[in-house]
Amino acid sequence: MSDTKTKAEKEPMFSPKILKLLKSPLNIENPITVQVLGICSALAVTVQMKPAIVMALSVTIVTAFSNLIISALRNTIPARIRIIVQLVVVAALVIIVDQVLKAYMYDVSKKLSVFVGLIITNCILMGRLEAFAMGNKPWPSFVDGIGNGLGYGLILVTVGFFRELLGSGKILGFAVVPKAFYEFGYANNGLMILPPMALITIGVIIWVQRTKSPELQEK
Amino acid sequence: MEHSNKYIFIYSVILVVVVAISLTVVAVQLKPAQEDNIRIEKMQNILASVNVSTADVAKKQVIDLYNKYITNSQAVNTKGEVVETDPAKVFAIDMASEIKKPLENQMLPIFTASLDDGETAYVFPLRGKGLWGPVWGYLSLKTDYNTIVGATFDHKGETPGLGAEINQEWFSSEFRGKTINDNNGNFTSIKIIKGGAKPDDPHGVDAISGGTITSHGVEKMIYDNLESYQEYFKKVKNQ
Repeated sequence: MSDTKTKAEKEPMFSPKILKLLKSPLNIENPITVQVLGICSALAVTVQMKPAIVMALSVTIVTAFSNLIISALRNTIPARIRIIVQLVVVAALVIIVDQVLKAYMYDVSKKLSVFVGLIITNCILMGRLEAFAMGNKPWPSFVDGIGNGLGYGLILVTVGFFRELLGSGKILGFAVVPKAFYEFGYANNGLMILPPMALITIGVIIWVQRTKSPELQEK
Repeated sequence: MEHSNKYIFIYSVILVVVVAISLTVVAVQLKPAQEDNIRIEKMQNILASVNVSTADVAKKQVIDLYNKYITNSQAVNTKGEVVETDPAKVFAIDMASEIKKPLENQMLPIFTASLDDGETAYVFPLRGKGLWGPVWGYLSLKTDYNTIVGATFDHKGETPGLGAEINQEWFSSEFRGKTINDNNGNFTSIKIIKGGAKPDDPHGVDAISGGTITSHGVEKMIYDNLESYQEYFKKVKNQ
């Protein structure tokens, strides 16, 4: 990795190109709303914001570091076993994240349960490894991983925000809907807690995003 | 670029060894913290079965609360003899492995809780089978060894929204005040009744709609586990 830093001196650490890698997944190349990857976990862990945030961070860490490691190894990886090598690296990182959560955030790890393990099968990871890390230097790959993780996280947290607010009247576990509302007959929408409403919320986000970004619309 | 088979072979061996070593290091480093979490969860469950909520309490305070409320622990066997009185060893008894042993070798823990209202309650661990995997919980009885003070249940992988509801407050709170013996003092356990128990039924609670097999599993678990204590109950009552 040290040789990449010397090479990167020709190019500043945060050149416009690198920044674009960080920003474009947040909007026009968003892994969930545009590439439609990683939908399953977006439905499963967005009932409340806290698990959504932890899941987003976990995926960001795993994507960034697996991109970094695979990119650093890319010239040594035998082409015939490259998918297996990628999987081993991803699986190792996921297990580490899972163990750390179990040790320091036990409640959250119980809520996320199998979904942390299922990060391994998250299409965003394999997609970024194959499409980006195998052909780019470690630093841009690392940034690309962070960008895609954050793009994924942005949607997860947004969906989690609406589902927790409308489904339980809370944000991050704090009641935000005033008691008076309930006395006037307001009720939490139980449907928001169920997975179908996550899909519909993502659909609404895609709709809003496409309305705002004409380049995403098919002609 | 094409690599030789030898290269591929050595490459994969090195990769796997490096990964295995790093995972071992991580697992060994984090194990104490993980075991603490499991112990604290057990304490929370025991406290929940005597209706002491620890939902908003920091981890360290759970240990203090546990030491405050749980004043004595012992283990008995199915003949009703006390076989272990060291609280640490009693706490470490794992019901998952105990219920696999022959009945006469099982160690059955009893935790004594002194409650805020001056009452004493006895907490009994439960372990059984649900639909997809193990279910477990804790049930506490008053000093008459008949009236239920409280109960708490949990599961490994019951169906969300159906069987998984057993760890919800609405289900476990139904057990409060029910009795496990009939009027003649014979053990009848708790019945989980499909379609809803009659409000005046002293032994019945509502089953979970759509969670029939899990409900049956919980019913059988309570019966099996409490039955093992019957000899002990008789001994204590005759004293």
